[in-house]
Amino acid sequence: MDFFNFLKGNEGTASKNVAKDRLKLVLVHDRVNCSSQVLEMLKTDIIKVISNYMEIDEDELDIQITQTQSEENNGTVPVLYANIPIKSMRKSSHE
Amino acid sequence: MSEVIVITSGKGGVGKTTTTANLGCGFALLGKKVALVDADIGLRNLDVVMGLENRIVYDLVDVVEGNCRLKQALIKDKRYEGLFLLPAAQTRDKDAITPEQMKKLCESLKEEGFDYILIDCPAGIEQGFKNAISGADKAIVVTTPEVSAVRDADRIIGLLEANSLNNPTLILNRLRPDMVKRGDMMTIDDVTEILAIDILGVVPDDESIVISTNKGEPAVTLENSKAGHAYRNITRRIIGEDVPLMSLEQEPEGIVEKFKKLFHR
Repeated sequence: MDFFNFLKGNEGTASKNVAKDRLKLVLVHDRVNCSSQVLEMLKTDIIKVISNYMEIDEDELDIQITQTQSEENNGTVPVLYANIPIKSMRKSSHE
Repeated sequence: MSEVIVITSGKGGVGKTTTTANLGCGFALLGKKVALVDADIGLRNLDVVMGLENRIVYDLVDVVEGNCRLKQALIKDKRYEGLFLLPAAQTRDKDAITPEQMKKLCESLKEEGFDYILIDCPAGIEQGFKNAISGADKAIVVTTPEVSAVRDADRIIGLLEANSLNNPTLILNRLRPDMVKRGDMMTIDDVTEILAIDILGVVPDDESIVISTNKGEPAVTLENSKAGHAYRNITRRIIGEDVPLMSLEQEPEGIVEKFKKLFHR
């Protein structure tokens, strides 16, 4: 962080942005009423199922509940977002 | 036509009671007939904020239980024509009334010919909250630009909608333009974006609120109070006037502009 950044008001690290990001995340969980424990269980089950078909990078796996613009009305709706990097397909499952 | 508006927040200490007192007084100044109902049974405070604590004889629970008539319990504020307060009971608890009784009470108040009936809701989401919202036609959510207050406001908005009080509007209280400018406080847009709710008004953080509460005289009556001005704007918006957010509310300005504005008024 340099001096000029500080003068400009520090867009990235301004504490209000931290507040906003934290709030957005906590509200997503509040709204769908889904605890991190449930999310953890879901993650384990997803890994289990997908591993039957492909080898995945479990360390890079990212599963979270976020929000997206709903298609019907103007509000936002929660979505389950999963980013699962594939290392290779399992041959055995196809044969 | 009379309208019952509940003022709620979830979190305590964000300014529900102050808002109720100021909006009530503001409506009276606009020539409306208003009843303020303190639904915070056991922790009444609207009476002291209004400066009417010495005039209480009967309270809300007395009316509900039939110990007195509604008219006997309504305290007439002698300073402002058309302004009345129905105080909460102090020695009872939230279970002293039921949502059905509250609904009936609101109906009786409507029959008394009040233009607006404002209900000061207790903090929390339990019985007291359920009682307070049961007779309401509309809801106003008060929050401050802090994570805890905004989180609770979100929860309250969900609960209001679950009780068919749809499209509540928001009052953002205690905004500090200097901190917003520094990037250390969430802006109006930040909060409305997160809560996905329409903004009814923004009240700047203002010492005059503390001073006027000390005296029991709502700030809305003070010509030079910034917060008072914001509350006057809110009452005018509620009665249907198109009043833009004060520029001070919208974007913080420099000291030079502030002075210019002061002299241009």
